[in-house]
Amino acid sequence: MNNQDDIILRTDNLTKRYGGVHALEEANFTLKKGEHVAIVGDNGAGKSTFVRQITGVEQPTSGDIFFEGKRVEFNSPLEAREAGIESVFQDLALCNDLDVPSNLFLGREELLFKFGPFSILDEKKMMRKAKEVLERTAIKIPNLSNHVGDMSGGQRQCVAISRSASFASKLIIMDEPTAALGVQETTQVENIIRSLKDQGVPLILISHNLRQVFNLVDKIWVFRRGRIVGEVIASETDGNEIVSMITGMQGGVHEKASYI
Amino acid sequence: MFKRENLPAEASIFAVFVGIAVLFEVLGWLFIGKSFLGNVQRLEIIILQVSIFGIIAVGVTQVIITSGIDLSGGAVLALSAMVAASFAQSVDAFAPIFPQFLGLPIIIPIAVGLAVGAACGWVNGSITAYTGIPPFIATLGMLVTARAVAVIYTEGQPVYSLSDSFTVIGSGAWPVLVFFVVAVVFHLVLKHTVYGKHTYAIGSNEKAARVAGINVRRHKIMVYTIAGSLSGLAGVVMCARATIAQSGMGTMYELDAISAVVIGGTSLFGGRGRISGTVIGVCILGVITSGFTFLRIDFYYQEIVKGMIIVGAVMLDQRRQAKQRSRS
Repeated sequence: MNNQDDIILRTDNLTKRYGGVHALEEANFTLKKGEHVAIVGDNGAGKSTFVRQITGVEQPTSGDIFFEGKRVEFNSPLEAREAGIESVFQDLALCNDLDVPSNLFLGREELLFKFGPFSILDEKKMMRKAKEVLERTAIKIPNLSNHVGDMSGGQRQCVAISRSASFASKLIIMDEPTAALGVQETTQVENIIRSLKDQGVPLILISHNLRQVFNLVDKIWVFRRGRIVGEVIASETDGNEIVSMITGMQGGVHEKASYI
Repeated sequence: MFKRENLPAEASIFAVFVGIAVLFEVLGWLFIGKSFLGNVQRLEIIILQVSIFGIIAVGVTQVIITSGIDLSGGAVLALSAMVAASFAQSVDAFAPIFPQFLGLPIIIPIAVGLAVGAACGWVNGSITAYTGIPPFIATLGMLVTARAVAVIYTEGQPVYSLSDSFTVIGSGAWPVLVFFVVAVVFHLVLKHTVYGKHTYAIGSNEKAARVAGINVRRHKIMVYTIAGSLSGLAGVVMCARATIAQSGMGTMYELDAISAVVIGGTSLFGGRGRISGTVIGVCILGVITSGFTFLRIDFYYQEIVKGMIIVGAVMLDQRRQAKQRSRS
């Protein structure tokens, strides 16, 4: 059993049903501080359902979520975010008509002068901080005052991830962060993920790309048909074992599978 | 923040403005042997005429940036003008609306006019934010309702005998000054405040704005309320200028305001636009109206040209959007 103090996120018997559909059944999950884990599974295995419960997008049918040792109930993504859980969504959630600093600081702008909704923005400070944040991630964006809508998919994904990473959040969840990216852009995003590891920020990564999973995380959680069927240390397993767990079939038959 | 991206677009709108003015100058010399721009009085009239719907356009710009629309400007102007004027009658008014409220300090009718406008805007915003009814329908309802209430308010009678101290704010260059101040203030507010940033964010990607923690509903209500207040202000200025309030005032002003906003480069898709563009759009409409009158061309031809310009501006906007979509 893990030491309770080391655990940042824990779910006890987390269950979600949509009518008669058992999307998630009694999921018992733990994440330690600073740990990077992946959630893998076939389509419909319950990965995204699980993430939706812990990020407040949906509310579980039963079961409990403990964050930093306290039982939490998130009624909206905003509440989860305020607690320190940042998510990078597949559809990015950026404002295309705003520049990079405006997107990075959206909803938590730096202010020069406070006056309710008419508070004056500290644009210079936001620009300076945005530069620092993006320098850390080694992403090359030539002009931060450009609208993000004019940037490449990789640059936009990096802006989205930097936003989550830059707010010293306590947990970052990424749902298929490189699914739509090219080779170089994928490498850049993976570098950001590694730098998060160095900074000690815990991460839950959902990915179909097993090679990426093995490259990036400490531990792999396997979901199948709404249940957690395994929890394995990445360095102690291989692609075949994971694929067997994902599909529920015995090893050997996947020797030539192209998952990995 | 938006400079680099929008400067060319705005410069081109200004070029169109100059082009139209020069065109009327040339046509003036060719057909009636007079200068269009050389007549200072005409320029003064143009700017006075556009100031009133210009004030509405400043509010409509903000609404359109959130990817909404406000069709109620002209009607809210009329209702605000009627109510404000009923509190602005002079002591010697014949058959006043409120015999007990004559000769009040001018701050009261001004505040009342703004409050009526704000209330209408608040209703527009609340319906849009809470019921999911599209703003087009919500504000169309307000257009019809506010105009009707303006008629019922005095049983169709105009409100006149406004006090001299009140009519001052409509006299001389005052309407232009009010428009100028309103435009400058909201230009700066949109550019440099949290309110402005969130207005653009909501128009650009409402879901992202919500996820970022912006209270989208509350913000929308605020934007519509500000737009309503500005329509109210336009009503106050207009009845002070005319020294009378009538329920038919400001008819079609909402369309002039929306046209000015669209011509000024604000995108109907939301997320993009600036007050400075709207001001140029307002001036373009003013020059066209004045130019046609100057050339003694029938009013309805003016409307045809205005209609074509608006459709053209929206087509340009659509092409810009399509280009952006194909890039990202």
